[in-house]
Amino acid sequence: MTETTPKKAKGSLSRRSVLKGATATAAFAASTTLGAPMIWAQNIRNITLRQFGTGVSNLNEVAAKVQEDLGFTLEMTALDTDSVTQRAATQPNSFDIADIEYFICKKVWAAGNLQAMDTARIVNYDNIVGTFRNGRLTPESEIAQGTAPHTVGFTSGQNGTDFVQEESGWMTLIPTIYNADTLGIRPDLIGRPITNWSELLNPEFAGKASILDISSIGIMDMAMVVESMGEYTYPDKGNMTQAEIDLTLGIFTEAKNNGQFRAFWRSFDESVNLMASGEVVIQSMWSPAISAVRAQGIPCVYQPLEEGYRSWGGGLGLSAALSGIELDAAYEYINWYLDGWVGGFLMRQGYYSAVPSTSRNYMSEDEWGFWFEGMAAQGDITNPFGQVMETTGAVRDGGSFYDRMGAVACWNSVMDENQYMVRKWNEFIAA
Amino acid sequence: MKTTRPNNGLTGWLMVSPLAVVLFFFLVLPIIMIAIVSFWRATEFSIIPAFEWDNYAFLFGSHVTYKVFFSTFKFALITWAFTFTIGFTVAYFLAFHVRTLTWQVALFLLCTIPFWTSNIIRMISWIPFLGRNGIANTALQSWGLTDQPVEWLLFSDFAVILAFVHLYTLFMVVPIFNTMMRIDKSLIEAARDAGASGPQILWNVIIPLTKPGIMIGTIFVVTLVMGDFITVRLMSGGQSANVGRLISNDIALLQYPSAAATAVVLLATVLIVIGILLRFVDIRKEL
Repeated sequence: MTETTPKKAKGSLSRRSVLKGATATAAFAASTTLGAPMIWAQNIRNITLRQFGTGVSNLNEVAAKVQEDLGFTLEMTALDTDSVTQRAATQPNSFDIADIEYFICKKVWAAGNLQAMDTARIVNYDNIVGTFRNGRLTPESEIAQGTAPHTVGFTSGQNGTDFVQEESGWMTLIPTIYNADTLGIRPDLIGRPITNWSELLNPEFAGKASILDISSIGIMDMAMVVESMGEYTYPDKGNMTQAEIDLTLGIFTEAKNNGQFRAFWRSFDESVNLMASGEVVIQSMWSPAISAVRAQGIPCVYQPLEEGYRSWGGGLGLSAALSGIELDAAYEYINWYLDGWVGGFLMRQGYYSAVPSTSRNYMSEDEWGFWFEGMAAQGDITNPFGQVMETTGAVRDGGSFYDRMGAVACWNSVMDENQYMVRKWNEFIAA
Repeated sequence: MKTTRPNNGLTGWLMVSPLAVVLFFFLVLPIIMIAIVSFWRATEFSIIPAFEWDNYAFLFGSHVTYKVFFSTFKFALITWAFTFTIGFTVAYFLAFHVRTLTWQVALFLLCTIPFWTSNIIRMISWIPFLGRNGIANTALQSWGLTDQPVEWLLFSDFAVILAFVHLYTLFMVVPIFNTMMRIDKSLIEAARDAGASGPQILWNVIIPLTKPGIMIGTIFVVTLVMGDFITVRLMSGGQSANVGRLISNDIALLQYPSAAATAVVLLATVLIVIGILLRFVDIRKEL
């Protein structure tokens, strides 16, 4: 206490003058469309923002670039999905910026640990893809089932704890990255085309299939499989009734007892090892895991399937405790985030950025063509760490951004019956 | 005499008090806290202080609980049987067959070498060894013993128990070896002079005298196995469950009260098991 109190007092002393400066600069920036990054007074350099999130986007390269471009310090903590939820819900004072998934947002928003963001202060707000604003990628596209980001993307005011369904001007999370997930397969060990989710439970792959043991994501993969098998069509996969949960897990429990699964995985590296060692030939998988298997020289395909993709998205949320110059710095950071450098950095790993148009400035024509437009690579495609991911002539599995994100069937979700689902999931694991 | 007694008592109390204070704050208090939280109510993202039996009602009302407790006991029992057999044999060899103290110490240290690396690493190193295309299966196939890779070697109860035995046998060896070293060799000579055969000496002299060591080893192994969650998860490929995994799943999903209730039941179970074990041997008397 004794340590923080004087610090706060000092902050509030300078806050007024700084705020004046801040508003002036912001107004200037807005009027001249100068855009981020803006140049700040010296005192922004003393600021440290603490960010936590999943390993996906909590990269040290980003923190280093923030220091270079914006001058303040960004402390990153990478945790697994469940720990991220825990921290966002239970330790509001341990972070300034939460890098969380939209379905986690649905879980923790009501706790009031996060504050909404004024979209008027987000320079690139109008360029954010429609998926995150009204749910439609293009004006014609359908809204996918599940916790679609736009359904939990807006609230009624800065301290609102509800969700509103229109673009209210107060955003809960600023979208950062997202992707469309599907099944990963070993084409060399399967030897025939795979086109449906139902193949996961095909007895042909008994003892060689796997699914992830993170209930909120796993249940969606299961629902895709159940629908594909023709067992049941869900009114909303993202919000099942108790009977639907019983049905879904019943089908998978039976398959488990028949020895369908080799293992369940919980972390990224487990899924890579299962696939690379040949223990598993078909499983739910994440995009960078596919790259990691391929990097070992082992063929692995992120198989597009007829029923579509299961999608996920993450975003940055601001701690409710942020105010004054720290809050200004956080806005500064978010504007910088959407300005393209991070987007390019993440898109070159196979994710999508919320504002693709700015990311393009930080990618070569060939990289943009390969990752975003689904065109054949003209030369070696390297990731930001310099590793060669693909060679000339390679085409991204699933094609272009619009092919992939346009075929999203559902989003990762939290259901109304979440607690029931979790208990049933535990039973499935113990069965 | 009478004047010194209260004084002695006071010194005695003063001498145990540092340990008592440490144990109170770092053992008793947290356990009390866990017991209290187990009666609280949890929603998806918050914990509400309350006094309800809901968590226990759900726990005892679910068939999964019984199944999971059963498999926890199963793991503990099988692991105990193997670690005891191996541990006793190793200790017996070290104590009675190795003649010089130097060799005894050297061989004993040899037993501890695997423990110089982390628990997790020793466990994970089994995975590539036992896998479908692992060393074990490649060897079996090249010797012509099997045509197909043996699937149950990895991600099965077999793998879990193998890892447990590997990890915890030393906890059996150490206390048994320790008590065996303290057996007066003249007792064995006396038994032999009285005409006892080898097995008779083992059964009537050595085993009764090593009981405290066996019991300490048993307590180590049983509590370690019953409290484990990571071995079961990694070696079964997430397909088997024990009580520890139930708790860790609950915690991961922010269901702290439910996790606390499970922990309380597990604690009670382990205490009962240890209570029963201690009925067989009075460790304090025989140490």
